[in-house]
Amino acid sequence: MSETTGSVLEIRGLHVTVGEGDETKEILRGVDLTIRSGETHAIMGPNGSGKSTLAYSIAGHPKYTITGGTVTLDGEDVLAMTVDERARAGLFLAMQYPVEVPGVSVSNFLRTAATAVTGQAPKLRTWVKDMRTEMEALEMDAAFAERNVNEGFSGGEKKRHEILQMGLLKPKMAILDETDSGLDVDALRVVSEGVNRAKANSSVGVLLITHYTRILRYIEPDFVHVFVAGRVVEEGGKELADKLEAEGYAAYLKADADAAAVASA
Amino acid sequence: MTDPQTSLTTDSATLAEELFAPGVGAQAGPPTTPASDTGTAGAGPGSHSHGGPAPTGSPAERFTSADPDDFPVVTGREEQWRFTPMKRVRPLLEGADSDARLELTSDLPDGVELTTVGADDPLLKGLPEPVDRLAALTRVRAGGATVVRVPAEAQLDRPVTLSLRGTGSDEVVWGQTVVQVGNFAKATIVLDHAGSAKYSGGVTVLVGDGAQVELISVQEWEPGTAHGGQFDAVVGRDATFRQVVVTLGGDLVRLVSNVEYAGPGGTAELSGVYFADETQHQEHRLWVDHATPNCVSNVVYKGALQGEQAHTVWVGDVRIRPAATGTETYELNRNLVLTDGARADSVPNLEIETGEIVSAGHASATGRFDDEQLFYLCSRGIDAETARRLVVRGFFADVVQKIAVPELADRLMGTIEQRLGALPGLEEQDVEAGELQPA
Repeated sequence: MSETTGSVLEIRGLHVTVGEGDETKEILRGVDLTIRSGETHAIMGPNGSGKSTLAYSIAGHPKYTITGGTVTLDGEDVLAMTVDERARAGLFLAMQYPVEVPGVSVSNFLRTAATAVTGQAPKLRTWVKDMRTEMEALEMDAAFAERNVNEGFSGGEKKRHEILQMGLLKPKMAILDETDSGLDVDALRVVSEGVNRAKANSSVGVLLITHYTRILRYIEPDFVHVFVAGRVVEEGGKELADKLEAEGYAAYLKADADAAAVASA
Repeated sequence: MTDPQTSLTTDSATLAEELFAPGVGAQAGPPTTPASDTGTAGAGPGSHSHGGPAPTGSPAERFTSADPDDFPVVTGREEQWRFTPMKRVRPLLEGADSDARLELTSDLPDGVELTTVGADDPLLKGLPEPVDRLAALTRVRAGGATVVRVPAEAQLDRPVTLSLRGTGSDEVVWGQTVVQVGNFAKATIVLDHAGSAKYSGGVTVLVGDGAQVELISVQEWEPGTAHGGQFDAVVGRDATFRQVVVTLGGDLVRLVSNVEYAGPGGTAELSGVYFADETQHQEHRLWVDHATPNCVSNVVYKGALQGEQAHTVWVGDVRIRPAATGTETYELNRNLVLTDGARADSVPNLEIETGEIVSAGHASATGRFDDEQLFYLCSRGIDAETARRLVVRGFFADVVQKIAVPELADRLMGTIEQRLGALPGLEEQDVEAGELQPA
């Protein structure tokens, strides 16, 4: 899947709710985004603006209900695919809170995932070498491979493990959901370098979701989108991130009374 | 802490002289009474506890008897029975006489003897006694016993296999099996239960000094089956006994496994794997009685559950009596709940009456394989069935690998994986039809 050029992820008018019946709440209210191979898009917004909902909706988490709009990858209807089909089509989600999976070792998990995504079991010799190389680059101990997936991992270890997967599974489009949260400076540098390596080695398109501008000092975005109350309210280049760094989200929140209600909920 | 059989307060004095001290005597003497286990098995230095910890009068003491009527009629409120669905076990507890048998197919390596003995055979008098009414009924109703003898110093070239198949009769089948392994012999015995039956069976393994014995009991019953059983192992000096219990089928399986040590230096490793589906009840109770010095016990039971009203019970009792210095014991139970509506009960009990031990510990944990874990694995391209297989295989692997018969281990893992395939995928669970349509 690595040598794909010209992939495009298109999100059009995406509306998403959570909950059922009277508890139903609209989180995304018409999201439009286009991400092409090799591009890095930063999505920035305050807490509760729906950034993570966007990430999980694209990945297909059953908690979220799509009530309108489309998501396509190279013209294929992503919303019609099961979660695993989306991954096999080339989507990857690095989660903010990776899930512990007891009883499954990292090495077994990675190999099973690589087999699923590429459609065939990777050759053992090259696989072990690739894994070792990636792990060394992410400053992960070799013993890590024998631990159970995310079980007892520190925050930094979980994020390294996510980026390790990104490097090995070679997606067409990677969504990084607050990968920077909870990382100290060293871990942030290591993880960011991992993303940059994946970008250099492939034509992956990156959707980088973050609350802070800190990670953008390491991973340079081509586009910055300000996300408030379930939609994109402003778009620009990386200079927009500098503006947010200086001024915060207050102006956007004030501009949208509705947004304030959602954001504080 | 342990089985407070509160209705049983008599008989302790009269039974205290029995050959097999562990478990003998009723419980709960007042704390001022000298411990009822003094001067029994173990010949440890000075079993009297002057200066040591005061006798506890612990409820961990268990009542045993060969006479069913020494046990009150089971109501379901007793500690030993409180988890068991009475409706399903009732046909067994009624204790009706019967000549029904399981179909037995045996595979015996050279040198192994398979015979039957009558009820009066002296061999049966010396066995550890039943610990509950059902086990006592079983001992009486079975009449004699099927006996497997492995001569001293034998090294078997393959496992002894007894395939026991239920014929679907409504009559209760009563069974008693004795496995007698001579000193320094090495043997693996497989009891492979299948078919459909109402069955209650006692199995006693007498492990000679220095012998190494592995007993594997597989419960791959068909629906409709109720299986009650008591396993006893008497572990000889410096002997090793391994038991692997694998319970996959049947409506009700309730197995009680007891271990006692006939001399110092013995090792017992009790492992179990169980997998309960919709409405299945699987209950495993263990009792390891350390009454002699320098013995080791290690208990690992792992269970998975799926479907409405799948219920598993694990009760692990380990007692370290004052004479059992140098004891090393650990017990572990883990349960993996794969769907809503299933319930796993897990009750570890550790009773320590001497400080002079190597180590003692227990752990119990019940975890869920939930939609978030499934989502995580699926989001890496792994389909739902493979994801479950990955998790359950990993979960059971360390116990299944202990089965010394590889083809049996493969067969059992295959059965488990087949049943996992029946579960729905992630999308079929939570997302309602049509909601992916644009509004």
